[in-house]
Amino acid sequence: MGKNWSLARREKALQQRAHILQGMRQFFIGKGFLEIETPHRIPTPAPESHIDATPSGAWFLQPSPELCMKRMMAAGFEKIFQICRCWRERERGNLHLPEFTLLEWYRAEADYHSLMEDCEELIQDVATIIGLGQQIIYRGFEIDLFGPWNRISVEEAFHYYSKTTLTKALEQNLFDEIIVQEIEPKLGLKKPTFIYDYPAERGALARLKQENQAVAERFELYIGGLELANGFSELIDSEEQRRRFHAENATRQSFGKSMYSLPERFLAELGDMPPSAGIALGVDRLVMVFLDAEKIDDVVAFTPEAL
Amino acid sequence: MYTASDLRKGLKVIIDEEPYIVTAFEFSKPGKGQALYRTKLRNMITGFTMDRTYREGDTFEPALLEERAMQFLYKEGDHYHFMDNETYEQIIISEESLGDAKNFLVENFNVEVLLFRDKAIGVELPNFVNLRVIKTEPWVRGDTSKADFKPATLETGYELRVPPFVEEGELITLDTRTGQFSKRVKE
Repeated sequence: MGKNWSLARREKALQQRAHILQGMRQFFIGKGFLEIETPHRIPTPAPESHIDATPSGAWFLQPSPELCMKRMMAAGFEKIFQICRCWRERERGNLHLPEFTLLEWYRAEADYHSLMEDCEELIQDVATIIGLGQQIIYRGFEIDLFGPWNRISVEEAFHYYSKTTLTKALEQNLFDEIIVQEIEPKLGLKKPTFIYDYPAERGALARLKQENQAVAERFELYIGGLELANGFSELIDSEEQRRRFHAENATRQSFGKSMYSLPERFLAELGDMPPSAGIALGVDRLVMVFLDAEKIDDVVAFTPEAL
Repeated sequence: MYTASDLRKGLKVIIDEEPYIVTAFEFSKPGKGQALYRTKLRNMITGFTMDRTYREGDTFEPALLEERAMQFLYKEGDHYHFMDNETYEQIIISEESLGDAKNFLVENFNVEVLLFRDKAIGVELPNFVNLRVIKTEPWVRGDTSKADFKPATLETGYELRVPPFVEEGELITLDTRTGQFSKRVKE
């Protein structure tokens, strides 16, 4: 046994992690998706109010692979997936690493509902591949993976789980606090749960719902209170996207954050994209759920502090 | 000045003009939302604990606490009198501010007094102190009907449970962090 005991003791977790990654690939290849790789280092990230990219020279390390993947969709690729590293500044806690692994996939001629179905099948399949049944235990909760999973709107989630309403939370600028403190801890405790239809301003790259322009066709997946994935029907109107990027940059400026230059090639090609849907799933967090891990540190070989 | 992203366990900050110490900390960030810093804080004057959530960009003034070596002189009502070992200046700390530390103070005892903005807010004790037992029931040898521990009163008035072999007038060591008996001192 070597000196680095804290690394050596993660051997079993890292073997399981490898099985999970292999299971994900197997699932998407079986579904006819093309595995792709796009550059980690990009000239500018998509401007978003609360996501800070890590500078790398005059460029940035990607906070998400979405810009390049959407350009591929615009160029005519129909089903693509990628498992890659992403970086976000100052995100560190029991559930966050500033460098983490995302699984991101896109489907042409699809909306956010089909991504929810993909999530169900993917996670059920991976559970089987790694030898778990359809009942898993995470954080002391017995969670049933059999579909269909729970689907509730954000508005309903406020109604069921919070003392206040969605409208009041937005008026009082307490949306994030109530989600984190009151709602998240109650989501997906018996069955994985999707919450969908977020307030329009919470989905900078998502399409608005046709029958209700106040909400974006965006959802998040929760298992055992843990947020695992964020997906949406893609906005494909490049002028609208440009306006939203400017609005996000204005919010950044009001918080005293740097503004990002706009990803012009992405904007130029966005109009070619067919109606599509795309989603990012936190791989480290899915491993946490399957391994019943308490901290994200337990499912990676190295944390930044260990380097 | 600290910002919310500096928050971590053990950090001392000023909130509403009073010093607080962070006793628990968690980073949260709901999808596409802002970073939230959830903390448990203990008021270093009153001992009162509260939960607070902060956002990125929130700022804090560090709570700068001074420690001065002092000697406990005497108690008068709720007032505990101390003397600065260097300047011989005398100060008073209230029983409320002392908290559990009042159980372990005997005359001429040396402690570190914590000061916040020149006001004494409490004392730091060594982890172990020796105090004399002034009252406890005698141990009847061979009597197994009694419980393993028996009540005892110390010279400070503090009451605790001690093993049956401890006798009145003896000196014992106790752990100031738990307030429990540690061992008997041989004199």
